[in-house]
Amino acid sequence: MKIKLKINNQDKIIDIRPDEMLLEVLRKNGCLSVKHGCDTGSCGACTVLLDEKPILSCSYLAAKAEGHSIITVEGAQKKVEQISKYLVDEGGVQCGFCIPGLVLTVMSMEKELNNPSEEEITHYLSGNLCRCTGYSSHTRAIKKYLEEKK
Amino acid sequence: MIIDEYKKPQTIEEAYSILTTKKNSQIIGGGAYLRLSKKHISSAIDLSNLKLDFISETDDYIEIGAMTTLRELEINEITKKYFNGIISNSIRNIVGVQLRNIATTGGAISGKFGFSDLITALSVLDCKVILYKAGAVKLVDFINQKYNDIVEKIIIRKNNQIADFQAIRNTKTDYAILNVAVSKHTNNSYKIAVGARPGIAIFAVKAEGFLKTVDSSKENAEKAGLIASQEIKFTSNFRASAEYRQELCKVLVSRAICNINK
Ligand SMILES: Cc1cc2nc3c(=O)[nH]c(=O)nc-3n(C[C@H](O)[C@H](O)[C@H](O)COP(=O)(O)OP(=O)(O)OC[C@H]3O[C@@H](n4cnc5c(N)ncnc54)[C@H](O)[C@@H]3O)c2cc1C
Ligand code: FES
Ligand code: FES
Repeated sequence: MKIKLKINNQDKIIDIRPDEMLLEVLRKNGCLSVKHGCDTGSCGACTVLLDEKPILSCSYLAAKAEGHSIITVEGAQKKVEQISKYLVDEGGVQCGFCIPGLVLTVMSMEKELNNPSEEEITHYLSGNLCRCTGYSSHTRAIKKYLEEKK
Repeated sequence: MIIDEYKKPQTIEEAYSILTTKKNSQIIGGGAYLRLSKKHISSAIDLSNLKLDFISETDDYIEIGAMTTLRELEINEITKKYFNGIISNSIRNIVGVQLRNIATTGGAISGKFGFSDLITALSVLDCKVILYKAGAVKLVDFINQKYNDIVEKIIIRKNNQIADFQAIRNTKTDYAILNVAVSKHTNNSYKIAVGARPGIAIFAVKAEGFLKTVDSSKENAEKAGLIASQEIKFTSNFRASAEYRQELCKVLVSRAICNINK
């Protein structure tokens, strides 16, 4: 079946299988920042923004996304660089697998929450698992980013 | 999961007609749980175009559309305002924001999952499920019967109940190893539901009966917790043993009662 998607601000018509997940469709269309992690809806590595809200692309049928707008790291370079700088400075990046999903979730948190507390930040980001860092460097980095951005 | 064809009907009549005429057709809410299954679906019926994503209130009821996401349930001012925010609190630890932006209210109750946090919380409220064909059905009846129907919305009577939800997880985003909801009516009667046993929520009727006859002291809350833990059946799975769940039940029931009576 053919669906219309806006991927990183570009309108596309894409041929998909009715049971294909958005994750595979995005990767086939060049968005390799979208990571194939657990594939069961548990780790957050496959996070993308659908109409500005973070979703798990491994658990979202591509057919369901018809007519919607999707942003991946490839379409948000400037913001990604800003946030990543803080993550790197605080030692929050080791293997890097979780980072694309984390950064996109931070972007949506910034829009949704006004001046979030540490508890609100860690709650919002609890669906982004990281097997390397132990999270405190992520929290430190994101707090600093939000603080200095004010 | 294999899907042969994907449909987005424009009306609920059309959706129901596909569901009841096409063998092995299936309603898609968020699709997040279905995608984990090995089902072969002939027609996937996506309800996205039916305007079922809403939370509203009338004088007597809160109404929640079947396609309302769990994230919306979590942050909406109406769900946060009533029953001490039990609806919002019960689902706030389901995986992460990203999953809660996909999973729907209709899917969460139609799945009838033993671990369900939302079903446990709704069980202690006066909640009805509105089905397209069968009409209004009490939540408990909906859970215990099979329907080949479409959930349009749930409605919850605004009856001044106070309520509390408790759950324990091995890690923050895992399934609960036990969840408990307690509500108290203005006439001093209680409802106590215990779920993720790992079976679906059931009522602790003896503990409810006990609380009706005593004052709201901490000692009586603890006694009610003990009674609940003795009357309810728990089983073991790889997340927790039956014995451990029984111990947790004592504490969570008593904690929820104490919170209500604060
Ligand atoms: C990784 C993961 C972890 C989870 N952890 C938890 C947890 O800790 N606690 C918890 O409570 N839940 C948990 N859930 C379940 C989640 O909360 C939802 O209940 C689940 O995803 C189903 O919602 P959905 O919208 O995705 O439904 P779907 O996957 O779309 O559907 C589920 C079932 O409901 C049927 N259905 C959907 N909508 C309707 C409707 N309107 N009318 C009739 N039938 C319908 C479908 O046909 C299907 O049989 C988890 C889910 C996942 C994927
Ligand atoms: S790959 Fe999607 S949540 Fe892990
Ligand atoms: S840096 Fe390796 S998973 Fe997060």
